[in-house]
Amino acid sequence: MKKTIILGAIAAAGLGATVASAGTLDDVKARGYLQCGVTTGLVGFAAPDANGEWHGFDADFCRAVAAAIFGDPNKVKFTPTTGKTRFTALASGEVDMLARNTTWTFTRDVDLKFTFAGVNYYDGQGFMVRKDLGVSSAKELNGATVCIQTGTTTELNLADYFRSNGMEYEPVPIETNAEARQQFLAGACDVYTTDRSGLAATRATFENPDDYVILPETISKEPLGPLSRHGDEQWSDLIRWTLNALISAEELGITSANIDELRKGTNNPEINRILGTEGNLGAMLGLDKDWAYNAIKAVGNYGELFDKYLKPIGLDRGLNAQWKNGGLIYSPPFR
Amino acid sequence: MAMAEPEGGPKESFRPAMLIYDTRYRAITIQVLVLAGVVALIGWLVNNTLHNLEILGKPLGFGFLTEPASYDINQRLIEYNSRDTHLRAAFVGLLNTLLVAAAGCVLATLIGLFVGVLRLSKNWLVARLMTVYVEGFRNVPVLLWILLTMAILIDTAPRPAAFRKGEASMLFDAVAITNRGIYIPEPVFSRSLGNIHLFGDSSLRFDVSLDLLAILAALVAGIVASIFVRRWADRVQEETGDRPTTWHIRTALVVVPPVLVLWALGFHLVPPELKGFNFKGGIHLRNSFIALWLALSLYTAAFIAEIVRAGIQSVPKGQTEAALALGFSGGQTMRLVILPQALRVIIPPLISQYLNLTKNSSLAIAVGYMDITGTLGGITLNQTGRELESIMLLMLVYLAISLSISSVMNWYNKRVKLKER
Amino acid sequence: MAETTYVRTEMLPPKPPPPSQTGVVGWMRENLFDGWKNTLLTLVALYVVYALLSAALPWFLHAVWDADSLNECREVIKASWGPEADGACFAVIRDRWHQMLYGFYPQELYWRPNLAFVLMLVALSPVLFPNLPRRMLLFSLVYPFLGYWLLWGGTMWAPVSWALGFVLGYFAFVIVNDRGGTILAAIAAVIVPLLWWFFGAGPFADLVQSLIPISLTDVESRQFGGFMLSVTIGITGIVGSLPLGIILALGRQSNLLMVKSLSVGFIEFIRGVPLITLLFVASTLLNIFMPPGTNFDIILRVVIMVTLFSAAYVAEVVRGGLAALPKGQYEAAAALGLDYWKSMRLVILPQALKIAIPGIVSTFIGLFKDTTLVSIIGLMDPIGLTNAIRANAEWQGIIWELYGFVALVFWIFCFSMSRYSMYLESRLETGHR
Repeated sequence: MKKTIILGAIAAAGLGATVASAGTLDDVKARGYLQCGVTTGLVGFAAPDANGEWHGFDADFCRAVAAAIFGDPNKVKFTPTTGKTRFTALASGEVDMLARNTTWTFTRDVDLKFTFAGVNYYDGQGFMVRKDLGVSSAKELNGATVCIQTGTTTELNLADYFRSNGMEYEPVPIETNAEARQQFLAGACDVYTTDRSGLAATRATFENPDDYVILPETISKEPLGPLSRHGDEQWSDLIRWTLNALISAEELGITSANIDELRKGTNNPEINRILGTEGNLGAMLGLDKDWAYNAIKAVGNYGELFDKYLKPIGLDRGLNAQWKNGGLIYSPPFR
Repeated sequence: MAMAEPEGGPKESFRPAMLIYDTRYRAITIQVLVLAGVVALIGWLVNNTLHNLEILGKPLGFGFLTEPASYDINQRLIEYNSRDTHLRAAFVGLLNTLLVAAAGCVLATLIGLFVGVLRLSKNWLVARLMTVYVEGFRNVPVLLWILLTMAILIDTAPRPAAFRKGEASMLFDAVAITNRGIYIPEPVFSRSLGNIHLFGDSSLRFDVSLDLLAILAALVAGIVASIFVRRWADRVQEETGDRPTTWHIRTALVVVPPVLVLWALGFHLVPPELKGFNFKGGIHLRNSFIALWLALSLYTAAFIAEIVRAGIQSVPKGQTEAALALGFSGGQTMRLVILPQALRVIIPPLISQYLNLTKNSSLAIAVGYMDITGTLGGITLNQTGRELESIMLLMLVYLAISLSISSVMNWYNKRVKLKER
Repeated sequence: MAETTYVRTEMLPPKPPPPSQTGVVGWMRENLFDGWKNTLLTLVALYVVYALLSAALPWFLHAVWDADSLNECREVIKASWGPEADGACFAVIRDRWHQMLYGFYPQELYWRPNLAFVLMLVALSPVLFPNLPRRMLLFSLVYPFLGYWLLWGGTMWAPVSWALGFVLGYFAFVIVNDRGGTILAAIAAVIVPLLWWFFGAGPFADLVQSLIPISLTDVESRQFGGFMLSVTIGITGIVGSLPLGIILALGRQSNLLMVKSLSVGFIEFIRGVPLITLLFVASTLLNIFMPPGTNFDIILRVVIMVTLFSAAYVAEVVRGGLAALPKGQYEAAAALGLDYWKSMRLVILPQALKIAIPGIVSTFIGLFKDTTLVSIIGLMDPIGLTNAIRANAEWQGIIWELYGFVALVFWIFCFSMSRYSMYLESRLETGHR
């Protein structure tokens, strides 16, 4: 009994226990750091290095939010979550936000009561096969063995796709990308299906990437984005506009390198508004006027993030190019 | 408590303090206090839960079980497709759990028995090797064994494409060992009797093969007949002193009827064939199943081996000597003297190992074997977001399985105890 | 009478055994090639050993210890052993050695878990080796608080003020026991510390901290990982479950129907479900059971569930110990006029626990192995870390080296503990005859 009482006491003494007050932003500020849910490890998006530092596209987005709030990108703590624990971690307040390649769907938004801040990566489910199978279209996959990550929307899409095309398949459910890679390389499955970004990232790390092809079909829309709990508009606005700031920064040519130069003042009023030298957008979010400056300065703009983490693993901009370049990345105006 | 009642003492009137100081009432006081505490605790938890669910906007309900599951399951013992309900998916998972648990118990017992006996072998090398096996397996987490077995299966067996190129070939043209699993011939009845459909169209519907029932019936009939023959032989022996030789009749009685039924049903084996991406036809034992089955069996067998060894060693040497002195043969000594005594020691811990194996089968989730944890507690939970309901159901299912296994154990213990005197 | 011509008056010295019976050859004949069955077994065993070694040895011999990525490893192996060679890449363990041991614990603070581990061995030793002076048990009582402080850091006064709760409880018991009897005293001993923990402990710790500040750098649970996490969860679980398990075992033997059925219900429920479902409860449901907005750390939640889990198993082990005591001990205690608690404390439990210690050690071994299950709910235990490491571009595709390393460390831990438990068993057995 002794120990359990101690544990209860720990909880009661407030060492582990926190009672959430009205606003997430106030909680985060009072706590002094942001709690961000990420994957347990996905190349390019979030993975811990030898020193336990998390790096990746999603991890750096968390840093951007932390920088916007505190002016310090290191005031963030990462919580690795699995496909199963991610939503409960967010719903229970264990994390303040999720940046964990999560697909924006109707039920997650409406039924599970989360708010998606936007889309930071437009993805779609694709198929990868060995070249020597001689398959050129997903329509030829009747009877194939398909490796698939469980707990994601991909397994539902897969079931629908094969069913609607009247084909059969043998699903091999897998927990992590690392295992999927192992099984696929060994030939334990003919096809690996997941988001195209994941496919490209996985393919890039193969010994002989040219032996594998990604089939042309994209069988689903997978808009991935950061999300927070329903019902705290101030908080979800903050995440949304931090994302938009990174996107607009790229569009307007603000980079982590020239940002100090630009902050001295420019002729472009929108740049000035974003960087806080004109107007006071930050105060409307409950932040400093430097918020966006801090975020961009800390991690770079959207394009820089993309080039830093996703280009090396073999992803090109595609749908994720700026709208001016024919992509879908589009930020509402800062006005 | 009744003993504590004073018999002829002066009648005391009840005072509240007696609730604490009088042993007769103290028991009641304590129980009431404990009960009140537990009820308060449970009430508090339930209240919190309901409140939280209200905040989350997810009122408690099992309606999601009747929604279409919309995911596919590779290994299904009953017919299932992605349009079936979550409840049926859970049922498919449950059958998979039971399958791997049953297969695991059988294999673990066989290996355990084998290793346990060999550990007592006079052969130094073999005894050492078995010790290494037992100590090696039981001191490493079973989850690691499952992952390792899976990795070995995936990395060492040839892929199906190798069969097409002629780099690998099937064993006896019947069994194909690939890194997607093992394909074995499937029994097929060309004059099948068909199936009985149970539970109509509900989520729990399933088919019972009449062929299987017919074979079972023939087998049971043969065994019953064989028992009658044995009784007849016993009677003859008692009357005349000579025991008629009956083993050939009895063997025939057991073997012939099922074989006849098999023949009548047109029984034959259909070997797997390489078609398209995979082998088709035959029975496909998937990697996930084999990895889980082997790893659980090998791990549990290490414990069973120790139980068997302890059981055999628990029978005093004098028993063997006495049996030999009575003129029993070696086999008779083992069968009639040693085993009945050793089994009494072996079986209770053996059954609790079965229980452990069944519970450990929930680690299926690590290799993607679709047991009930993988379906109800995995994909269904993920896709519907109904954590509370799914996990509660999952626990209830496991509890039901465990309680039925342990009731078998209790029944056995009672039976053994009666004989003990 | 016939004359006896020759009587041998002394025994002949035994002839030396034939050479085939002595030395290496004799030993082999007797132990390996005794009859055709035995010979066959030996040959099969030899073949198994050969097959295992021929598969594993080259792999070990070609091992690379110094590289920055799997590809580099492969190149080194190809360069030194030919293009077809296959070898282990233990460089990953060298590279992630600290992570496998400590998880993400701050590097400059490694001395704290190290010290905590050493002190834990000291604290456990009087429990495990009864020859040591009894006074060391005092340290064992202090250790949980000390260990907590070393691992998590923060102000020293927080654990001190919780410990104070137990002291207060003890005094409350003694004082009330003198005035009002055992039951009231027991109630007081529960309520007073609870009140202290809920209302007094926090302010007290803050107050003393502001007067005499002594504190260590805070380390959060999420930074725990690797084997340190396994050991923390395992040890906390088993230590926490001991008192709970003893109470449950006593409850199961109780004459009070309500107490008995609650204990039996709890034990059978916990033993009837797999640990993984309890971990699911910890990871997804425990927060739902708490008042809205409460949120406490995942490791704490896991420890709570693991404690409840092992309490049920410990209870069964202790029950075995209680049942093994001769009935005379109970009767003798009753005959001396000891009440229930006194007879338990002075006569029954010391003996029953002594019998139960090997069982408790095996329960602990099982629990320690089961801590790997937390990887399934996303904690970074050794197996969880293998997944995280494999998600890095440098080490993608590495399997055997990591699993093998984790298996080896677990094996060393568990094997030495099981040897210890066997030593205890043999010692206890002689004590009883």
